[in-house]
Amino acid sequence: MKPVLLIDFGSTYTKVTAVDVEQEALLGTASSYTTVQTDIGEGLQNALTILEQKTGKLDFAERYACSSAAGGLRMITSGLVPELTAEAARQASLGAGAKVIRVYSYELTKKDIAEIIENRPDMILLVGGTDGGNSKCILSNAKKLSQAEPICPVVIAGNRNCADECEELLENWETHVCENVMPKFNELNIEPAQREIRQIFLNRIIQAKGLSKASELISGILMPTPAAMMAAMQLLAEGTESESGIGELAAIDLGGATTDVYSIADGRPVQANTIVKGLMEPYAKRTVEGDIGMRYSIWGIVEAAGIERVSSLSGINAGRAEEMIRFLSEHTEQLPKDEEWERLDFALASLAVETAMTRHAGTLEPVYTPMGLAYSQTGKDLTGVRNIVVTGGAIIHTRRTGEIAAHSLQNPNQLGSLRPARAEFLVDRNYILAAMGLLGEYYPDTALKIMKKELVRTTR
Amino acid sequence: MEKKTLVMGVIGADVHAVGNKILYHAFTGAGFNCVNLGVMVSQEEYINAAIESNADAIVVSSLYGHGELDCRGMREKCNEAGLEGILLYVGGNIVVGKQVFDEVEKRFKAMGFDRVFGPGTPPETTIEALYEDLNVQPPEECEE
Ligand code: B12
Repeated sequence: MKPVLLIDFGSTYTKVTAVDVEQEALLGTASSYTTVQTDIGEGLQNALTILEQKTGKLDFAERYACSSAAGGLRMITSGLVPELTAEAARQASLGAGAKVIRVYSYELTKKDIAEIIENRPDMILLVGGTDGGNSKCILSNAKKLSQAEPICPVVIAGNRNCADECEELLENWETHVCENVMPKFNELNIEPAQREIRQIFLNRIIQAKGLSKASELISGILMPTPAAMMAAMQLLAEGTESESGIGELAAIDLGGATTDVYSIADGRPVQANTIVKGLMEPYAKRTVEGDIGMRYSIWGIVEAAGIERVSSLSGINAGRAEEMIRFLSEHTEQLPKDEEWERLDFALASLAVETAMTRHAGTLEPVYTPMGLAYSQTGKDLTGVRNIVVTGGAIIHTRRTGEIAAHSLQNPNQLGSLRPARAEFLVDRNYILAAMGLLGEYYPDTALKIMKKELVRTTR
Repeated sequence: MEKKTLVMGVIGADVHAVGNKILYHAFTGAGFNCVNLGVMVSQEEYINAAIESNADAIVVSSLYGHGELDCRGMREKCNEAGLEGILLYVGGNIVVGKQVFDEVEKRFKAMGFDRVFGPGTPPETTIEALYEDLNVQPPEECEE
């Protein structure tokens, strides 16, 4: 036996997962409540104690961690045109596992700068212009930023022709220059910026957030939790040299405050008479719906879907449903108390999943040209995706997982939405995905095999 | 010579793709850096592409007859977006049917287009005009 420990430092829970990399098997999982105030080493100790009560004493050969504690990796991005480089910067940051607190486009104003400083991001991503293209905007933004007191590292990933100048302007800030996120018009190149972001996260952010206290216990905090999740999904989809993946997939992480959706899929049009409009989206894409969550963001679900749909799905009249929702928004730790509350959570989870996947997936619009029908596609076409991974308490701890997850699929009332047409759902019943993303960094075959074994397949 | 950048595409709901490809090859071969947006391009897309790529000219094609409607307000939008003075060309079969070209040209010039090309204009004519308006010399070898 060769046990390896994988730790996820969350903002409220520290989760631990133990695997045996020799037997390629999951040994156990446990979690413990932590607060920002308590030393995170303490939360880890508690979780480990609980784990070892189940598994017996384990002598870990290696320990790896990811973290979303202390707000996660909080980033601000600034680009030129909202639909182009500003969007590319947002996609790059989200894909790197960041929480994007603000996206700016065009030239920053003094007020914007003040706002940025006030928001205290962990990192700023500065882009704008294709290579050889616009340089005025990023230079102006670098200059304005340089007049403020440095607060965090700045990643410069815009027009390469003025990268040096940006760096010089920002000489009092810690800067990292990397390849342009959009070197040519409409051509995304976000991986170099993502690698840089992750490297800075490793070297600097961890210490700044006081997470290094735990670092003597572990071999390293490798990445933000959403990045670990993304890594797991990519591994599961693509496989390794010796172990095949399951192919294109989407994943939904339904939380209390946000709902994250991932897609590892090409997303190009399936029909010949379709023209793609707007930015070509990344193959590995992550979106975060900050207004869609089962407790803290419960009203966002109601706002997006309407109380009538909550009512019709739950079979609870609108007045009563609102009353219950108000209670839940004020008691965010509350689990369903009885059958009526279960029905409400079912409706909310279903609508959250539907809304989040609708926003993640692309859209198809018919264009009536004189010679007949053509289509214009924006975003990714996920209609052909046949695997949807689901995780998050409200979707796992219920008997109606399949029914909830099915709301992520296409439905006849929303024909223009390019969500998967039909799919099998893979349920993360033991919450191991982020851990497998971590494990995959060193033992990809093992992580993949464990995921294939542990994710439970279900249809509707 | 530093390469000049063109943004090009077929405007509106127009799907005529062949001419666009030919023009792209002709312009690239003539030493221009081309951002080709393809067919069914909105005014905003030309403008956004021109901003990011710091383009020197926008070359609009229209072949299906609705060019006049599609091109209206383009110059004003360019000005709004900070692209004052950017060179604007239009060509193809820009209006419905056979109309007196002088009249057509006048109308498009009034809309703010710097040059207006009638049906059947060969790419070479446009390229000559670009060299002149952008003040550049043809590259020594015409292939990259
Ligand atoms: C093939 C074709 C189609 C195909 C296009 C397939 C495709 N995806 O490309 C299909 C069947 C889809 C089609 C549909 C229609 N078409 Co059609 N089509 C043609 C046809 C026969 C050839 C076009 C072509 O490819 N030519 C070859 C290329 C190389 O030439 P080009 O496109 O003209 O481009 C050159 C020049 O115009 C010039 N140029 C182009 N842009 C610019 C810009 C500048 C600045 C400059 C200087 C020069 C320039 O340089 C290019 C390269 O040399 C023409 C007739 C013709 N012979 O031109 C009609 C034609 C263009 N179509 C026409 C029409 C009306 C239509 C429809 C409205 C028909 C209908 N009622 O259904 C639809 C519109 C669909 C839409 N939404 O766009 C008319 C337009 C009439 C007008 N403007 O008054 C034409 C002229 C036929 C006609 N005589 O009636 N069409």
